[in-house]
Amino acid sequence: MTFIQKQRNILDVALCSLLRRKGKNLSLVAAYVFVIFLLSSVMFITDALKREASFVLKDAPEMIVQRLVAGRHELVPTAYAKVIGKIRGVQSVSPRLWGYYYDATNGANYTLIVHQDLITSPGSIMVGRGVARHLPAGGNGTIPFKACDGSYLFLEIRSVLPSESELVSADLVLMSEPDFRRLFQMPEGYATDLVLRVRNVRELSTIAAKVVQLLPDTRPVSRDEILRTYDAVFSWRSGLVIVIFAGTLSAFLILAWDKATGLSAEEKREIGLLKAVGWETSDVLLMKFWEGMAVSLVSFLTGIILAYVHIFFTSASLFKPALKGWAVLYPDFRLTPFIDGQHAATLFFLTVVPYTAATIVPSWRTATMDPDSVMRS
Amino acid sequence: MAGRRSSIFAVYVLIHLCILALLWVHAQLGQSRARPDLELKREMVGSLGLTDLCLFTEARYTRHPAMADSNAPFQDHPMSFDHFPSGSIVTVPEHLRYESGKP
Repeated sequence: MTFIQKQRNILDVALCSLLRRKGKNLSLVAAYVFVIFLLSSVMFITDALKREASFVLKDAPEMIVQRLVAGRHELVPTAYAKVIGKIRGVQSVSPRLWGYYYDATNGANYTLIVHQDLITSPGSIMVGRGVARHLPAGGNGTIPFKACDGSYLFLEIRSVLPSESELVSADLVLMSEPDFRRLFQMPEGYATDLVLRVRNVRELSTIAAKVVQLLPDTRPVSRDEILRTYDAVFSWRSGLVIVIFAGTLSAFLILAWDKATGLSAEEKREIGLLKAVGWETSDVLLMKFWEGMAVSLVSFLTGIILAYVHIFFTSASLFKPALKGWAVLYPDFRLTPFIDGQHAATLFFLTVVPYTAATIVPSWRTATMDPDSVMRS
Repeated sequence: MAGRRSSIFAVYVLIHLCILALLWVHAQLGQSRARPDLELKREMVGSLGLTDLCLFTEARYTRHPAMADSNAPFQDHPMSFDHFPSGSIVTVPEHLRYESGKP
């Protein structure tokens, strides 16, 4: 008998044995598929978001300087720009004006940014697709903004930002500087923060140290830190990932523990019978290996395929309520599909191998016993 | 033997492996198809000086985690813990976590 033929015969017996306990094994596969589906879904969404963030934010400002008062952001005097501009290696310093606006009519939060393209056209704004979606007139007409003094500022929508950019622009409202200052009563000579361009990016940490030395109430944030933020947000230790990982890992451990702690009386009798009709211990273990492999391989493949469909074809529809939270504005985006082979392989070895091992260990204990005593027990 | 259970199992695994391979091809094609959209977003980030992805708009420290300050979750008063659902998803940015250890 060739090696392959032997494996096929043993696999046949293993599958027959699994099918004899159809109800139990089907529910086991269903739970296993669900565990793999959740773990793979988290893996796909976090990998795709991290990849997207690292590409898209590559052109983010090289360094941003904020001012902190009592641990909170404070407006930064534009005079700080002159002090920072004198630091060797700083190419330019420009003030950035931006803030948040809560629209009481629909409960949405907008991010308002002053845009240079609108410098000559006060009274006009450009809005993100998410903002336009929540307006009664869609992307047309005007939006009334309630200023700090209680008066209303009616700004006309000039254009809507492209829908392809929703992941970065869904809640944006771009406006002119006079409109922004009027809306928030922000005095001249102050900005939200300062944007720095440097001659050599390798000098960023030195420049950051000099900024803090010259202006102790400031906090510089470099582009590298911005990029690392998204690595941290979607790393395995982050909130969403750790919650799902902990839950599913516990479920998986219960599954594996149930297998590893012992066999049912029927399974023991089956092993006793096989030994009594002349099966070697190694053949019994091989059969149990194939049993574990069949269950875990079927579950792994089904789970990972369903997870891919969930994340990249249905835009993570199951995770949407958790991601959306209480937000009214939520970007309607489709993630760029991405499979990280290394992560998929890690998931395979962390799930299929322990489960298969957990199937073999108790069988080995039973298979080494005398068949007669196994069947009588 | 076509009716053998091992053959049915092998066919099942093979079909799923083929689907996985097709999904991998789909991912590769999707990446090249998404290139113009990614470039558009990158251009927008550069021209507007954006720092964050627009994922969670409910709280300022989850809308712009890279720009958040250490006291953001306690924004209402010192004993007010974070109550926004997205606050449990977005962790503290690395540069804030190790801020105290920095020079």
